[in-house]
Amino acid sequence: MEFSELIKTATVESVLLSCAGLPPVRGTLCITSHHLLLSSCPGGDGQPGTVELWLLIRNVDAVEKRVQNLGWYQPPRTNDSPRDTRLAGSSGTITLRCKDLKVLQLEIPGMEECLNIASSIEALSSVDSVMMMYPFFYRPQDLRLEEGWHLFPLEQYFQQIAAQTSQWRLSDLNRDFTTCPTYPADVIVPAAVSDDTLRRAARFRQGGRFPVLSYYHPRNGTVMLRSSQPLTGPNRKRCPEDEVLLGTVLDEGERGFIIDTRSAQAAKQARMTGGGTEPKSSYPQWKRLHRPLERGRPLQESFIKLVEACNDASLSMDRWLSRLESCRWLSHVKAALSTACLAAQCLDREEASVLVHGAEGTDTTLLVTALAQVILDPGCRTVVGFQGLLEREWIEAGHPFHLRCARSAYSHARLKQEAPLFLLFLDCVWQLSRQFPFSLEFGESLLLTLFDNAYASDYGTFLCNNEKERCLCKVKENTHSLWAWLNQPEEKKKYLNPLYSHNPLVIWPSVEPQSIQLWQGLFFRWIRPSQYLDEARAEMQRLVEGNEAPAKESAGSRLSRSLSDPAARTENER
Amino acid sequence: MEHITTPKVENVKLLDRYTNRKAANGTLYLTATHLIYVDASSEVRKETWILHHHIASVEKLPLTTAGCPLLIHCKNFHVAHFVIGQERDCHEVYTSLLKLSQPVKPEELYAFSYNPKMSKDNREIGWKLIDLKVDYQRMGIPNDYWEITDVNKDYEVCNTYPPEIVVPRAANKATVIGSSRFRSRGRIPVLSYLYKENNAAICRCSQPLSGFSARCLEDEQMLQAIREANPGCAFMYVVDTRPKLNAMANRAAGKGYENEDNYDNIRFKFIGIENIHVMRNSLQKLLEVCETKSPSMSDFLTGLENSGWLRHIKAVMDAGVFLAKAVKDENASVLVHCSDGWDRTAQVCSLASLLLDPFYRTFKGFMVLIEKEWIAMGHKFSHRCGHLDGDPKEVSPVFTQFIECVWQLMQQFPCTFEFNERFLLEIHDHVYSCQFGNFLGTCHKEREDLKIFEKTHSLWPFLLQKKQELRNPLYKGFTAYKELQPNTLPFSFQFWCGMYNRFDKGMHPKQCVLDHLLSCMSQKMKLEDNASELENKLPFLDGPLPSEACSLSKVGSAASKTPMLNTPQDYEGEPPPVLTNGISVGNIDVMSDVDQKNKENLCNHQDLHDLNDTNVLDSEAREGEPQCH
Repeated sequence: MEFSELIKTATVESVLLSCAGLPPVRGTLCITSHHLLLSSCPGGDGQPGTVELWLLIRNVDAVEKRVQNLGWYQPPRTNDSPRDTRLAGSSGTITLRCKDLKVLQLEIPGMEECLNIASSIEALSSVDSVMMMYPFFYRPQDLRLEEGWHLFPLEQYFQQIAAQTSQWRLSDLNRDFTTCPTYPADVIVPAAVSDDTLRRAARFRQGGRFPVLSYYHPRNGTVMLRSSQPLTGPNRKRCPEDEVLLGTVLDEGERGFIIDTRSAQAAKQARMTGGGTEPKSSYPQWKRLHRPLERGRPLQESFIKLVEACNDASLSMDRWLSRLESCRWLSHVKAALSTACLAAQCLDREEASVLVHGAEGTDTTLLVTALAQVILDPGCRTVVGFQGLLEREWIEAGHPFHLRCARSAYSHARLKQEAPLFLLFLDCVWQLSRQFPFSLEFGESLLLTLFDNAYASDYGTFLCNNEKERCLCKVKENTHSLWAWLNQPEEKKKYLNPLYSHNPLVIWPSVEPQSIQLWQGLFFRWIRPSQYLDEARAEMQRLVEGNEAPAKESAGSRLSRSLSDPAARTENER
Repeated sequence: MEHITTPKVENVKLLDRYTNRKAANGTLYLTATHLIYVDASSEVRKETWILHHHIASVEKLPLTTAGCPLLIHCKNFHVAHFVIGQERDCHEVYTSLLKLSQPVKPEELYAFSYNPKMSKDNREIGWKLIDLKVDYQRMGIPNDYWEITDVNKDYEVCNTYPPEIVVPRAANKATVIGSSRFRSRGRIPVLSYLYKENNAAICRCSQPLSGFSARCLEDEQMLQAIREANPGCAFMYVVDTRPKLNAMANRAAGKGYENEDNYDNIRFKFIGIENIHVMRNSLQKLLEVCETKSPSMSDFLTGLENSGWLRHIKAVMDAGVFLAKAVKDENASVLVHCSDGWDRTAQVCSLASLLLDPFYRTFKGFMVLIEKEWIAMGHKFSHRCGHLDGDPKEVSPVFTQFIECVWQLMQQFPCTFEFNERFLLEIHDHVYSCQFGNFLGTCHKEREDLKIFEKTHSLWPFLLQKKQELRNPLYKGFTAYKELQPNTLPFSFQFWCGMYNRFDKGMHPKQCVLDHLLSCMSQKMKLEDNASELENKLPFLDGPLPSEACSLSKVGSAASKTPMLNTPQDYEGEPPPVLTNGISVGNIDVMSDVDQKNKENLCNHQDLHDLNDTNVLDSEAREGEPQCH
């Protein structure tokens, strides 16, 4: 496929770009394979205009077009009115709703141009082939391709554990991705259990996701494991190897907890389709706790409804609160935080090991294990530690980013497997950062950047669904890593929390509804005026750093910066 | 003291509403002014102080195996749930508190017995700290159009207005008197705020006695005079802050609203803010939601919606924004009223002033604003706050709503206020505490009759002394921002956990940014202070102020960035079989800041007698000590 086939009209003159909170600009619109550009009209002396918009087309979630054929209404015909002025008077408006929740409007002269542009954007934004995506074409000058891809080898994480206990080993039994197609090559497993046993246990778990170590709690040596559901099925099948594997984790007389992220009812029903849960009789040392967490379609719908409500400026206070309630997003935040806290509490307070799973073990499971680690482990609360956590517990652990983040809240396309679990995780981390404002090294801006990049990115970090696919697509060879870019000193500075000071303790959040807030920085990022809050942030930074010169942020600069930041994007599109 | 039959009860438990922790066990004391609970079960002595005047209700709940529960709701939204071993003790405490919390005679109010051992001179200087005339001068009044008149010096025009009021020069005495006969309770149109830039004014009054058709020439002249005092605009707004239906219903009682046909060039507008009864019920519902034990997110949001509280806050804010816009953008003067012009009118006028004028966003300015629009203009604090045993239907959180609107503005404009949230909470506490004279009574005349200015202390100097801990570290100064244009879309209004769940410390952020920034600031100021030591030796301009260094060191020590110990709450929903919730001192502290200060005071109070006047003033600013210690 050639991108050029999808581009019917490459440039249109005199297009009006408007966007909430910014004055509209007129300029030349240009579509390339991956970007939509608008440069304002150049000065008379042949100077190039300023680039006002530099939008990754992948970021477009929905395209809405409206054509106004001004000639449609025929004025009383006079003899000398030429018929063909009708078309020249026509124009169209394209509304682009982006995955990062921004909304842009383009007013395009000429109906045909408008329709062409709209259909080109639609086609280009729904290219589904991973290898055709922008990260494979993006070549910034100041980064090397291999940089950032091997920052967090599991080996290194394992060595920290090995320094404290010999009960765990690093196994490469999945090096060819045959035992479990959604696991990485290396996993951490009990030292006493052989690869053979693991392979058999894997056959008893959906998708081969047998229990592996997710987190080792250095304070007391307890561990958090994760897996998918056991394939108990209607006949209550058992698997001795799986029982051995879980049995090995606990010493004699020790008790562990299984946190099932489905309701008891749902877990029971899963038996009908071959799944199920660990029966007490086969796993006597493990106590099961059910904490239902929403995922899949209901979660995506919750996201869509929330964004709809946020964008509806006509709502009364009562309607707003009622829609905030009925979309249930904050309920999901509360439930996710509570469940993660429960897991953390088991480890830290009860000194008991925990196994977390739902059904596939790639969604709510990872939400809980990753969040519990932010709560427990101060190491995960640094910029680099957080990246390592995302790499280990989301990317390598096989959260299907490609499926889950294919579409965001605006898309009219039929929902397939989209669900904002990663966003829910980021929201929960934001809640933690609000309740513990000194304990996270990074601020809201990092969470926003991660959200943006998970849905549309110049970098390959969030491409594909698992390590196997990443190998096949040679993602690590042919795209740049987001971490390499984020960790450049100049860039990293933007994401730091000026109030940070290392907090070695577990951070137990409050999960009372009064303590949980809507993440306005994300859901109202493009809607609420940010000038005063930006100024407050700069003032805070100034105060903390004792720096006398106030950092001036001009109004609305945030939007224009992210709209028109061609800094690193030179002529690398081909 | 005659109400206290049992000054001390042992073996009393204090339950924590939000956790399943083992209840504290301790001793309860009743003093003339406070209920004091001393927790004996923890290693560190922990005290909970409740001012009798803060008690809104006392309930004796049915006897349980643990004892007799006593539930106390406070006006500052503190809820204390005691369990007293003996029913007889419980009953006696209950009857005592009922009487102590609802004094019958004004002389029983705390302010008349509160004695911070301050010299008479300093006390008098304290009352002179806020001078409204100075504020009118600041607006440029008197000028060609406006004058300060003492026409009301004997309260002949209006007995709920202060002796001195600002009216248009063009309105002579006959006009004023005539207009007063046509306005409910004689509350004629007077100036609230003059926007110097364009001469547009905000004026306030009560509803006209128009009934279905009555007219009053003098009142029409009065409005004309107000309109003509702003030559830059051909019309003026008359804003009735009531819902239209309520205003129309009032016509049947011979009251009502202005007929546009009778007044030249007015634009009449209704802004539907509900009445005091709706607001009281709304707060009641809100508090029920806040008190629910472990509600789900849906329960909470539905409850928040059903309470209507944020809807009312938004209505008040919308009205304030309308006024400010009319003045600033349309150059139009506005006359505001509701029914009597002392509730909604006070809210709306003070909010508009706050939006228009950065002075009112400073410590001093905010005090002036409250003195001017609320105290002087006769907001009936005594009735609205239920200071004395009286009609419960007169109680309404009108002032609380104003304070909340200010807090909502602080959320949107974090650098524009000189003071922080704690300043608002302090003021809110003292509106109910009756410890200072400012908020006693219902109007200026009544305060004179009560001899407030001779017998009690003013709150403001005491708050100014605590400036260091009440200031906003992000404040960018008087000139950084002028008019504010808040966003009033529903999402811009947040539930104020720091007010309505203030005493549920577990719900608040576990690390305090404000404390940290204040300590950064005080460190910085210390350095600056050292550099300009000589200048500091000059006397303070604002009356008796404590030495800055003293308050600074206090803030510095209170504000530490060290992460506090934190224990998990119950994430299970029900008490887990094996999971325990450890208790850690320093995490959940049921004491309010005010109570903390009391405790300090208790420890210090031996030394106080030796100190000279100025120092006493400083230490006593923390709060009064109980009389029987």
